[in-house]
Amino acid sequence: MSIANRRILPGFRLSLSFALTYLAVLILVPLAACFVKASTLTWTQFWTVVSTPRVRDAYVVTFGTSIMAAAADLVLGLLIAWVMVRYEFPLKRFFDSLIDLPFALPTAVAGLVYSALYAKNGWFGQYLFPLGIEAVNTRLAIVLVLTFIGLPFVVRTVEPVLESLEAELEEAAACLGATRWQTFTRVIFPPLVPALITGFALSVARGIGEYGSVIFVSGNKRFMAAFPDVKSTEIAPVLIVERLDAHEYAEATAVAVVLLLTSFVLLGVINHLERRSQRHAG
Amino acid sequence: MSITAKHVTKQFGNFTALTDVNLEVPTGTLMALLGPSGSGKTTLLRIVAGLENPDAGVILHHDEDVTERSPKERNVGFVFQHYALFRHMSVFENIAFGMRVRRRPKDEITNRVHELLNLVRLEGLHKRYPSQLSGGQRQRVALARALAVQPRVLLLDEPFGALDAKVRMELRQWLRRLHEEIHLTTVFVTHDQEEAFEVADRVVVMNHGRVEQAGTPQEVFDHPANAFVMDFLGNVNVFHGRVHDGKVMLGNLEVAYPHESRADSQDVKGYVRPHELDVNREPADGAGVPGRIVQINPTGSVAKVRVMSEDFGLAMNVDLPLERYGELQLAVGEIVYVAPRRVRFFPPDDYVI
Amino acid sequence: MQVETQWLKPQQPGRRVQQEPALLRWSLIAAAVAVISVLVIVPVVSILVQAFAKGWSVYWRSLADADTVHAIKLTLFVAPIAVIANVIFGIAAAWAVTRFRFPGRTLLTTIIDLPFAVSPVVAGLMITLLFSRRGYFGPWLLEHGIQILFSWPAIILATAFVTFPFVARELIPIMDALGSDEETAAVSLGASGWQMFWRVTVPNIKWGLLYGVILCSARAIGEFGAVYVVSGHIHGQTTTVPVRINQLYEDYNNAGAFTVASVLTLFALVTLGIKVVLERKTRQELEEAHSETT
Repeated sequence: MSIANRRILPGFRLSLSFALTYLAVLILVPLAACFVKASTLTWTQFWTVVSTPRVRDAYVVTFGTSIMAAAADLVLGLLIAWVMVRYEFPLKRFFDSLIDLPFALPTAVAGLVYSALYAKNGWFGQYLFPLGIEAVNTRLAIVLVLTFIGLPFVVRTVEPVLESLEAELEEAAACLGATRWQTFTRVIFPPLVPALITGFALSVARGIGEYGSVIFVSGNKRFMAAFPDVKSTEIAPVLIVERLDAHEYAEATAVAVVLLLTSFVLLGVINHLERRSQRHAG
Repeated sequence: MSITAKHVTKQFGNFTALTDVNLEVPTGTLMALLGPSGSGKTTLLRIVAGLENPDAGVILHHDEDVTERSPKERNVGFVFQHYALFRHMSVFENIAFGMRVRRRPKDEITNRVHELLNLVRLEGLHKRYPSQLSGGQRQRVALARALAVQPRVLLLDEPFGALDAKVRMELRQWLRRLHEEIHLTTVFVTHDQEEAFEVADRVVVMNHGRVEQAGTPQEVFDHPANAFVMDFLGNVNVFHGRVHDGKVMLGNLEVAYPHESRADSQDVKGYVRPHELDVNREPADGAGVPGRIVQINPTGSVAKVRVMSEDFGLAMNVDLPLERYGELQLAVGEIVYVAPRRVRFFPPDDYVI
Repeated sequence: MQVETQWLKPQQPGRRVQQEPALLRWSLIAAAVAVISVLVIVPVVSILVQAFAKGWSVYWRSLADADTVHAIKLTLFVAPIAVIANVIFGIAAAWAVTRFRFPGRTLLTTIIDLPFAVSPVVAGLMITLLFSRRGYFGPWLLEHGIQILFSWPAIILATAFVTFPFVARELIPIMDALGSDEETAAVSLGASGWQMFWRVTVPNIKWGLLYGVILCSARAIGEFGAVYVVSGHIHGQTTTVPVRINQLYEDYNNAGAFTVASVLTLFALVTLGIKVVLERKTRQELEEAHSETT
C-alpha cells in the first residue's frame, strides 16, 4: 500500500498534521516541560531531593505495594482467565463483564468504598479486625485497592492467549503420556508467560501512578525517623501533590521523574514483549 | 498390535457421527480411512486413540478392551492434521516431550531423538522452532514426536491435508517406505482416494457415519460394493434405463441385469467409468449411444473426450488411450457412438448421486 | 475436509481428555467467583446500600447540595469537550497510521500509549509547570488575562491528557483489520474525501468508535488525580464530581460521599452494559468483513 495509497486515499496530510499537532500540544510539550524543569536541578540537588528518608520511604511504599498488588493480580487474574475461558457455569457472562468494572469505576469511588468496607465496623472489617488484619490506613489497604484496580489488566491480557491455544496441543500431550499437571506446566503455561508479564507490568505501572483510590484508604501516614516502627503509608504521588501545594515545583518534578522513568521502562518492556510474541506467532 | 472397533456409535448433539461401526486393523497393516467430509472417519480415529468416548461399542487393542482407558494408557501415537507442535519448544524438545514426561534418562532421550531425526530426515534442524520450519518439515517433526514414545499403533488424522500438492506426494511415498521399515500398525484418515490407494494396504470407505466397504485398494476399486463407493473412488458416467426380462436397455444398447428386479420395467442406473467407454465412428455391432463431441482434452496418459448425448440428455466423459485417440483422429463437433465395455448395476438402495 | 474439522471443533463435548476432574473444576470456578465477589461485587453493592440507607429523601437532599450540583455541572461541561477532542484526534491518528506508511509510524503508535504510563498526578504536575504563575507560559498568559490553572481550561487539559489514548487505541486495530479496500473503491468511484469518510469509513467503524467514546467518557468523568492537582479544588468552583467525593469524605460526610459515589457507580455499571453490547457488535462487524473477503 504505502506510497501508492497516498495517491489514492485522501487525507494523509490533514490527518497526520492534526494528529501530530494535537499530540505535541497536549502530550509532548507538558512532558518536555517536566524534563526541562528537572534539568534545572543539578545532579546533586536532584539526589538530595529524592534521597531524603521521607522520599525514599515513599518510593518503597509506592513500588512495594504496586508490585505486591500486581503479584496478587497475577495469581488471581490467571485463575479468573482460566475459569472464564475453560469452563461453563451459571451467570458466567455476568461475572465476566464485572471484571472490567475497575476500568469503568472512578478510582475515588473505589477508594471510598474500600475504606468503608475494611474499616473496623465495615462489612469485612468487623470480621478481619478481630483476626488482627487491618486493611485501612495500612500498607495492606493500599495493596488491596491496587489489586482491585489492576485486576482487569492481567485477566484481559491472558484471556486471548489462553483462548488461542488449540485443544490439539493438549490432546497431543495426553497422547504422548503427559499427566494433566505436566500438560499444564509444560504445554499450556509457557505460552502464557509473555501475557502474564505484560499484565503484571501494566498492573505495576498503573499502581505506581495511582492516587485517587490510595489517598482514601492509606491514611497517608508519613515516615518519621523518630518512630521507625510505624509503617508509613505515604505514596510518592502524595508527596508530589504536597510539594506542588507548597510551590516547590523543582522538588515535585524530581520526585515525579523517577516515577515517570520507571513507567516508561515498563511500557518499553510491554512493547518489546508484544512485538516478540507477534513474531513468534507465525 | 491389532485394533478392533465393535459396534461403535457416537452422537454429537443432533448429529450422528458414527452408527454401529465395525473395524478390524490387523497387526502391521497400513490402513486408510477414506470418506468425504462429515463421514465420521476422524471421529472414529479419535475414538480409537481415546480422545473421544464412544456412546456405545468397544475398542480392543489386541483383544484387550481399552474403551475406558485414557490416551496416555493406550500408548498410541497420534499425528494431527495441523501438526499441533508445541510452539515454545525446539524441534528437539518437541520430539523429546513424551520421554521427558516419562522421566527417561537424559542420554537415552538424546540418542532416541537423534535416531528419530535421522528417520524423518531432519538431521541438524533440532535447534529450530516450529515457526522456522516448512509445513512438510513440521509434519515430519510431529511424526517423529509421535514415534518417540514407541507407540503400539500410529494414528494420523489427514496427515498431508494442509500441505501443497508436491510435498504431499513426496510425504506419501515416504510414509509408505517408513511403514515398510518399521511395520507399525498404522491408521490414517484421508478424503483423497488417490492418497489412500497409493499408501495403504487396506482401505475402509466411510460415508454418513457408516463403513461402506473395506478391502484392499484393488478389491475396493475393482469391485465397489455400492453406488457410493463407485462414485467416490473416481469419475463415473450414470446411465438411466429400465429393467425388462432381466435385461436393461440403455438407448439401443442391451445389457444383462445381474440382480433380481422387484418389478418389470423398474428404473435402474448403470455405472460406467470413463476408461470403460469406447468411441467409434460407426455403431459397433449395431450398438452404441450416439452423441456429439463437445470437448477434447488430451492429458498425459489419456485423451479426455466429452460427448453430449441427446437421448440421455447427459454429457459422457470418456478416457481414451492416446494411441486409440491418435488412430481415430477425432474432432470437436463430430457425431460418434459411445459403447461401454462394462456396465455395473447395484442393487437398488437409498443412495442417490 | 476443512469444513468437517471446522464444525466439529465448537462441539467437542468429548473434551474429556483435557478436562479436569469435576471436583477441581468446580473448586476453581468457586474460587474465581469468590475473588470477583469480594473484590468487585460486594463493594458495588455496599456503595448502593450505603447511599440509599437513609431513604430516597435524604439521597435527593444530598444530591441537591449546591456544591455537588455545581460539581456535576462542571464535570458534564468538561468531560464532553475532552472526549470530543480525543475522538477527533483518535480518528485522525488511526486514519494516518492504518492507511499510510510513513517514517516514524511505529513511533507514533507507541507515543499514543504514553499517557497510560504517566501517573495522573504527574500529568497534573506537568500542566502546573506550564501554566502556573511561575510556570513557562503562565506569566505571559496571566498578563493577557487568561487564567488556565485552577480553572476549567486546566481541568479540560488534564482530563484530555489522561484519556488521550482510548479512542485511538480502540480504532487502530479495527481499521487495520478492516483494510482500505472499501475506501479505495469509494474514491475510485468518484467520492470526495469527506463523502468517503462519512459514507464508508464511519459506518464501518461506528461500533468500535462508540466503544472508544464510552471508555474515554468513563475515564474522563472519573478522573481524580490530574484534576485534583490542576483545579486547586476550590469548593463550589473547580471541583468535579470525583473531587467532590473526596471533599465530602474529608468533611466526615460519609452519607454525602456515598450518595455522589453511587451516581458514578451507576454510570460505571451502565458503561459496562453498553460495553458488553458493543463488543459483540464490533466482533460481528469484523466477522462480516472477514466472511466477505474470504
